[in-house]
Amino acid sequence: MRQVIIIGSGPAGFSAAIYAARANLQPLMVASSVEVGGELTKTTDVENFPGFPEGIQGPDLMVKMQEQAERFGTEVLYDDVVDLDVSGPVKKVTLGSGAVHEASTIIYATGSAYRKLGIEGEERLSGHGVSWCATCDGFFFREKTIAVVGGGDSAMEEATFLTRFASKVYVIHRKDSLRASKIMQERAFANEKIEFIWNSEVEEILGEFETTGVRLRSTVDGSTRELDLQGVFVAIGNDPRTHLVHGKLELTPAGTIWVDGRSSLTSVPGIFAAGDVIDPTYRQAATAAGSGVVAALDVEHFLASLEDASVEEPAAEAAEIILG
Amino acid sequence: MTAKATTEATWEQDVLKAEGPVLVDFWAEWCGPCRMVSPVLDEIQSENPEKITILKLNVDENPNLAMQYQITSIPAMKVFQGGEVKTTIIGAKPKFALEKDLAAFIG
Repeated sequence: MRQVIIIGSGPAGFSAAIYAARANLQPLMVASSVEVGGELTKTTDVENFPGFPEGIQGPDLMVKMQEQAERFGTEVLYDDVVDLDVSGPVKKVTLGSGAVHEASTIIYATGSAYRKLGIEGEERLSGHGVSWCATCDGFFFREKTIAVVGGGDSAMEEATFLTRFASKVYVIHRKDSLRASKIMQERAFANEKIEFIWNSEVEEILGEFETTGVRLRSTVDGSTRELDLQGVFVAIGNDPRTHLVHGKLELTPAGTIWVDGRSSLTSVPGIFAAGDVIDPTYRQAATAAGSGVVAALDVEHFLASLEDASVEEPAAEAAEIILG
Repeated sequence: MTAKATTEATWEQDVLKAEGPVLVDFWAEWCGPCRMVSPVLDEIQSENPEKITILKLNVDENPNLAMQYQITSIPAMKVFQGGEVKTTIIGAKPKFALEKDLAAFIG
């Protein structure tokens, strides 16, 4: 049995792994099979992570985090968690391969997943002009007209990035101002290829076999109009990835995993959570990293208190006392 | 046996005239999810050498095929049989999910 299993391989997961490994807890990380490194692997220049004054490519940053975690003895598994048993003192993690791993504690750092628009045409045209990954798919929109939907930092980053390929990039936003940081806004405003469409929602993505346009609805007067384009990049935010713990851990009204105050303690003893999956507000690489550190320190403390209890009390009662 | 590469020059022979089903993985160097799904496809190939042939097509080096098959999102995996596209899978997925998508061919 392991002392700690870390689920997730973003900044929270790797920061937790670095601290847990340096505390000699020999963490096992389940990094996922095809999303190792998390959201940052889909970005390009990361300019706001401390320690990299020239900026660093998102995928490179994640490789460095992994190297650092492995250097101190983290074991990384490229597999996906398909089931979790958190009820008893021994936590069980079932993987896609069928293997089951056991641990005294789990750090749950699964981050968040792209939010969908939930409109007609989106699912059908996904991969046929509708995309969630500008760095993956921008290449296919050379000299095309496309739109980015959203008003946050990731929408600005995608729009700016996509001007490398597209001849025209519309940014469609529901409000008349952006939630993106000043520097990202200014960069987008200064870009000649970017045109903002304010106070508008995408009502439908048009096209039979490939995207040919969108229907927009004004959030001011409800009027609709169609806009011809060949691609739609959706950047309207993310939802915490909690499907594995529904009914097992307490969630907040925002849909994130509930934690006790500034700690990483969830509603179940021995289960700790960190990063975007607990954070409805800040959701930055650096805040996620800090949150992962908190979780590793909380795990260390929890394991130490288990040990203390087993020294003082008969073994069978120890778990109950801690858990009770 | 891991998945091999195909190109525009060998496309007809490798894919359209192949006897059994052929999965073509449209990918690029700069696409992170493509790099992650690549070893998963290698595994599926080595576990099912008789049932399916898995080939990788670099879209940077073979832009005409990417255009012809209207690829706008990668990784895109298309299963060809008798020269026709039978199944399309978009985006990197874990092995168990890909195996489910490919059940008709490797099940």
